[in-house]
Amino acid sequence: MPRSRANRTRITLLVAAMLAVVIWAASAGTAGIPTSLALRIIVSRIPVVGRALAAWLESWLRLWSGHGPGPMPIDQSVLESAEIIVLEVRLPRIVLGLLVGAGLAATGASFQGLFRNPLADPYIIGASSGAALGASIGILSAGRVGLAALSLSSPSSYIPIFAFIGAVITVLFVYALSTVDGHMPTDTFLLAGVVVGSFVWALVSFLMVTAGEDLPKVVMWLMGSLSAKSWAHVRMTAPYVLAGTAVLTALGRDFNLAACGEESARYMGLDVERFKKVVIALGSLITAAAVSSSGLIGFVGLVVPHIARMMIGPDHRSLIPVSALGGAVFMVAADTLSRVIIPPREVPVGVITAMAGAPFFFYLLRLRKRG
Amino acid sequence: MRVEVRDVRFGYGASGPEVLHGVSLAAESGTLHGVIGPNGSGKSTLLRVIGGVAGPSSGSVSLDGQDIGGLSPRQAAQVVAAVGAAEAVIFPFSVEETVMMGRSPHLRFLASETALDVAKAREAMERTGVAHLAERRITSLSSGERQRVLIARALAQEPRVLLLDEPTAHLDVNFQVEIMELVQALAHESGITTIAVLHDLNLAGRYCDRITMLSSGQVAACGVPSEVLTEEHLLDVYGVRAIVGRRPELDRPAVFVISGSPRHGRRRASGGRDECAERAGHEECSDGCRPGKPDRLCGGGVSSGVDDIE
Repeated sequence: MPRSRANRTRITLLVAAMLAVVIWAASAGTAGIPTSLALRIIVSRIPVVGRALAAWLESWLRLWSGHGPGPMPIDQSVLESAEIIVLEVRLPRIVLGLLVGAGLAATGASFQGLFRNPLADPYIIGASSGAALGASIGILSAGRVGLAALSLSSPSSYIPIFAFIGAVITVLFVYALSTVDGHMPTDTFLLAGVVVGSFVWALVSFLMVTAGEDLPKVVMWLMGSLSAKSWAHVRMTAPYVLAGTAVLTALGRDFNLAACGEESARYMGLDVERFKKVVIALGSLITAAAVSSSGLIGFVGLVVPHIARMMIGPDHRSLIPVSALGGAVFMVAADTLSRVIIPPREVPVGVITAMAGAPFFFYLLRLRKRG
Repeated sequence: MRVEVRDVRFGYGASGPEVLHGVSLAAESGTLHGVIGPNGSGKSTLLRVIGGVAGPSSGSVSLDGQDIGGLSPRQAAQVVAAVGAAEAVIFPFSVEETVMMGRSPHLRFLASETALDVAKAREAMERTGVAHLAERRITSLSSGERQRVLIARALAQEPRVLLLDEPTAHLDVNFQVEIMELVQALAHESGITTIAVLHDLNLAGRYCDRITMLSSGQVAACGVPSEVLTEEHLLDVYGVRAIVGRRPELDRPAVFVISGSPRHGRRRASGGRDECAERAGHEECSDGCRPGKPDRLCGGGVSSGVDDIE
């Protein structure tokens, strides 16, 4: 089919874009590390083939830059500090950005299909408000009570746990509220998500009023950022996003049936109630993991699936992985922009995602209308 | 495949009002069985119960003797396919992708479609005359085309029972006839047991082999069209005065509605009590299903729902 061949080209381009964005993100910034060096440092850390690949890359670079044999003119101390910056500061941030972007976009595509609602996003079922409440409680209790256990560790290590628990509890609450006789009508669920979300947001606002000097911390968390993230954050987020996105992708055909409407899906053999439970559980865990490590980053989960659908069509078997890929690219690009746009300050990445994403989306929308 | 509905009762939710009060129906292989009745009489609900989507609170639905309640959704979908009344199409799947979804109940988890599945989908599209639309987006089709695509999707399931909920709704008369002729051919030529909820009495009379007429969740009449579409039944059940004639080209009933005041009809319906009482003593219909309890039908005795508005 011509459509699938065109799609394969687009997916290849997207993968290439992802690699390019990663290289850019690793080299851009105040420290000024050349692209070739950043590339070499990253490549050398790829398991098994890394060393060979790095050597191969170096020979290419020599050829390209016209440098003869012998050691490249790089100071050892420069190399070491560059390695630390790339591997310990930038790379965890990049990987986390890839994970968060991929997870949010894959969940958004899944929820839009499941709820048959183009306005659905990962936050629609209350995970965001729950995470915000959890994080606020975490930030405030550390500042106020100074819990012995908490004060031992740095804030960045325990706030994600608070946020994750808050998100999961809130979604469970929404689920319990909207389930009657083992059935969960989709509309009721969405409505319950919105209502519980409002309630929880009110609690967050209340906490913010009482926050005092901790208020900026809460506000910054709510805006969402990938700043100052370590490999610990990556380790916490990766399993949920990778496993969750893989399972959502595997369920692609069921999503297509569900997108035809619950009754039609049932007549085509889908156990709709069980499917809804599985998708909501996976989506909530992915969202909770993403939000708890990086705060509320909007827009990615709502708009990237739409862009992906315009690119490759509505078949969820390719829509979900392509959304994930697109979300990853978009997220890392936005995060890198947020670092370089007004150095040395950082703009919260959520601001960038919306500022860059909305015009791009409208451009595509117009383009398609005219086409 | 013989579909047998035995004394099915059904209500939405544990505490909700009962919608079906003991409905029976039997449909044979290769027949087109119509279900008619006023809005709210339980036609669509009956179809959902037959399809196994709604589980009856009592009674049973069996397919060649096997209870449908014992089948998983996937197993049921290998036997029974359905086309809903108005499936809202939101995502712009292509026609081919849409029809291919009908192969799902025959595919294992993670398996992709084989050449055989593609061939079956293609066959279904050709059967309903939408093969030339294969690459089109379903969102860009007219209602008549879309309906034929959805029927093709159902056929791709290779069902032995096909359920249709108002397949001609919102269609112009040429498409109504086209769809009904297609559906009739599917029943007669492919031997699919086809049960269709219809609101157009003339289409029901013209194309169905058997008709079951529902009234307030009970069977008011059943049998061949000429037995069911009578002036008395239309007055009793729909509350309309009508003249039932013969189609000039076929020995089938044609309905001409004269006036439709429900109030008037209901009052007249009480005059039909004798007729009902007479019918109550009758033997079972030719299908083996009994007409509903006449006291309820005629507004006397214990009554529920719409009848109480009187």
